Amino acid sequence: MLKILKYSFYDLMRSRWSYVYFLFYLLLGLVLLFLNQDLSKAVITLMNIIIILVPLIATIFGVMYFYNSREFTELLLAQPLKRSSIFLGQFFGVAGSLTLSLVLGLGLPFIMYGLVKSDVILNFSLLILTGAFLTFIFTGLAFNIALSNENRIKGFGYAVLLWLFMAVIYDGLFLLSLIVFEEYPLDSFSLAATVLNPIDLSRILILLKLDISALLGYTGAVFKKFLGTQLGFLISGGVLLLWTLLPIWRLTAKARKKDF
Amino acid sequence: MSKPFPYRGFVLALFFLVGGHLVMARTIPVCGDCDIKSIQEGVRQAEAFDTLLIKKGVYREFNILIDKPLTLIGQDFPVVDGEDRGEIFRVESDHVRIRGLAIINVGVSYTTDYAALRVVKSSHFHIEGNRFENLFFGIYLEKSNHGVVRDNQIMGDAVDEYNSGNGIQLWYSHNIEVLNNRVEGVRDGIYLEFSDTVHIRGNESRNNLRYGLHFMFSNDDTYSNNLFENNGAGVAVMFSKRIRMTGNRFRKNWGTASYGMLLKEINDAEISGNWFEENTVGINIEGSNRITYRANHFINNGWAVKVLGACYENSFVGNNFLYNSFDLSYNSKLNDNEFKGNYWSSYSGYDLDRDGVGDIPHRPVKLFSYIVNRTPETLILLRSLFMDLIDFSERVSPVFTPDNLVDTHPKMQKIQ
Repeated sequence: MLKILKYSFYDLMRSRWSYVYFLFYLLLGLVLLFLNQDLSKAVITLMNIIIILVPLIATIFGVMYFYNSREFTELLLAQPLKRSSIFLGQFFGVAGSLTLSLVLGLGLPFIMYGLVKSDVILNFSLLILTGAFLTFIFTGLAFNIALSNENRIKGFGYAVLLWLFMAVIYDGLFLLSLIVFEEYPLDSFSLAATVLNPIDLSRILILLKLDISALLGYTGAVFKKFLGTQLGFLISGGVLLLWTLLPIWRLTAKARKKDF
Repeated sequence: MSKPFPYRGFVLALFFLVGGHLVMARTIPVCGDCDIKSIQEGVRQAEAFDTLLIKKGVYREFNILIDKPLTLIGQDFPVVDGEDRGEIFRVESDHVRIRGLAIINVGVSYTTDYAALRVVKSSHFHIEGNRFENLFFGIYLEKSNHGVVRDNQIMGDAVDEYNSGNGIQLWYSHNIEVLNNRVEGVRDGIYLEFSDTVHIRGNESRNNLRYGLHFMFSNDDTYSNNLFENNGAGVAVMFSKRIRMTGNRFRKNWGTASYGMLLKEINDAEISGNWFEENTVGINIEGSNRITYRANHFINNGWAVKVLGACYENSFVGNNFLYNSFDLSYNSKLNDNEFKGNYWSSYSGYDLDRDGVGDIPHRPVKLFSYIVNRTPETLILLRSLFMDLIDFSERVSPVFTPDNLVDTHPKMQKIQ
C-alpha cells in the first residue's frame, strides 16, 4: 500500500494540477493578507473559502484522478496485490497531496505575515485541520462515486451534484424545514441536521471559535449546552473523523467485490 | 427638573451657622485600648461636627445609628463586623462623612433590605474609600440628596438573585456623584430608581449576577467612563429621559438574555463614544425615541444593535461597526431611524471619487437576521453559502427588510 501511496503521491506532485492548486491557495492567502493586513479578519474570510472551495476541489480532483489512472489501476490489479492496498494507496496519495498543497499554499503567506507570533495561530490551525478533514472526506466520496460509475460523464455529474447538495441545497432544505416547523422544538433536530453534513459541521466547528458571542446568544438549552462546551467540540471532531472513515470503509468494501 | 441649587446662600449660611462649630470640633479616638471602645459609644458621646478617629481593629457592631453631623475616619481600615445580624451603619443626619472603613458581614433578610451603609433622608454626605465585603446591600441611599460616593470597593459573593442585594443603590436620591467605585459579585452593581441629575463616573462594575448598571425612572443622569464587564445581563436602562452616556465600556456580556446595554423606553438620550465589545447583543433597543448614537464602537458582538419595535427618530451617526456577526437587526418592515456616515466593516461598495464616502449606500440589515428573529434555531446556518446567497439577493432587491434602511454615506475608513 505504501508503495502505491508513494507512487500516486509523487505522480501528483509532478503533475501540473498540484501546482495549480498550490499556487491558487498561495495567491489567495497573499491577496487576502495584502487586502486585510489583519490576520484575524483574514482567518474569517478564509473560513468561507475553505468550507466551499476545498470540498469542490477535492471532489473534482478525486473523480478526475480516479478516471485518469484507470488503466494504471487495471495494470496493478493484474499484479499479486491486495485490492484494498491499491485503492487505499491511491486515495491517500490524492488526499495527501491535496492536503499538502492546502497547508503549504495557505500556511506560507500567513507565516510570512507573522502568524507564529500572533494569537490567531490556534484558529488558523483549526482552519487548516478542518480543511484537511474536508479534503479527505470529499476525496473519499469522490472515489466512491467514480468506483460506482463506469460512465465518466455520469460520474462527474454525480460528483458536482454531491458538492452542490452538501454546500448549498442541504442548507436550503435545512432552513426551509426549520421555518416550516418553527412551532416545534427544533434544538435536537437542528443539531442532528448539522452533524449529518460535513460542510455544516466544519462550519460550526470553526464558528465555535470565531463567532462564539453570537452563538451563545441563541435561545435554546440543548444548543447552548452542546455548542458552548468542550464536549460539543469533541463530538464535532469525532463525527468529522467518522465522516472520513466511512467513505474509506465503503471504498475498500466495494473495491473488494467489484468486477473489473 | 430639580430646583437650581442656591450656592451662594448656602455657603453664607454654612459660614455663619456651621463655621463656629467647626472650629470647636473635637477628634475622638476609638480603639480597643481607648476610653471609647465601640463606634456606637463614640457616636453617642460625640457632638455635632466632631470627628471619630477609628483605629485599626475589629469592631463587632451592627445597627450603628448616626444621627448628628459627624466625620468617621478609619485608620488602616478598621473592620466593622456586623456578624450577619442586620444593618451596620444607618445615617440620619446631614453632613456625615465616612471614610476608610472595612465593613463586612451584613445580615441577609427576605423581608428587610439590610445594607452595609444606609443613608436616610440626609444630604451632603461623603462616603469615600471604604471597603465592603460579604454584604447584602452595599451602600443604600434613600431619599438623600447632594452626596458623594467615591473610591469605594464593594466585593460581594452573591450566588442567587433572590437572596442577594445591590452594590450601590439610589432610591429617590438626587444630585449624587458616584465616582471611581469598584463593584463586583453582587446582584446589580449600581442601581438607581427615581433618582435625577446623578453623575456616575469612572466606576467599574464586574461579574455581577444580574446587571452591571440598572436604572429606572431616573432622568437627567450622566454616565461616563465606566466599565461594565461580564455581568449576568449586562446593563439595563429603562423608563428614563434625557440620559447622557459617554465613554463607557461594555464588555463580554455573554448569554441568552445578556446585553451590553438594554434600552427600554428611553427618550431624548445621547449615547456617544462608548465601546461595545464581545457582547451577545451590543445594544438592545425597545420603544426608545430621539436618541443620538454618535461615535460609538461596536466590535465583535453577536448583534451590534438589535431594534425591537416602536423606536422612532433615532440617529446613528459616525459609529464604527466592526466584525459583528450581525450589525443591525430589525423585527419590522418600518424604519424611522437615520443611519448616516458610519463605518461598516461589512460594506462592500467602492469610492470612485475618493471623497472617503462610499458611492453606493450600505444596507446593514441582512435577510438572515430577519430570519433569525423569526426562528432563532436558524442561527446554526450562520455564514453558510446558502445564507450568503440569499443575503446577497435581498441586498440587491429588498423584500423583507425595510427598503429605506440604508446608510447613504457609509465611510470608507474606520472612524478614529
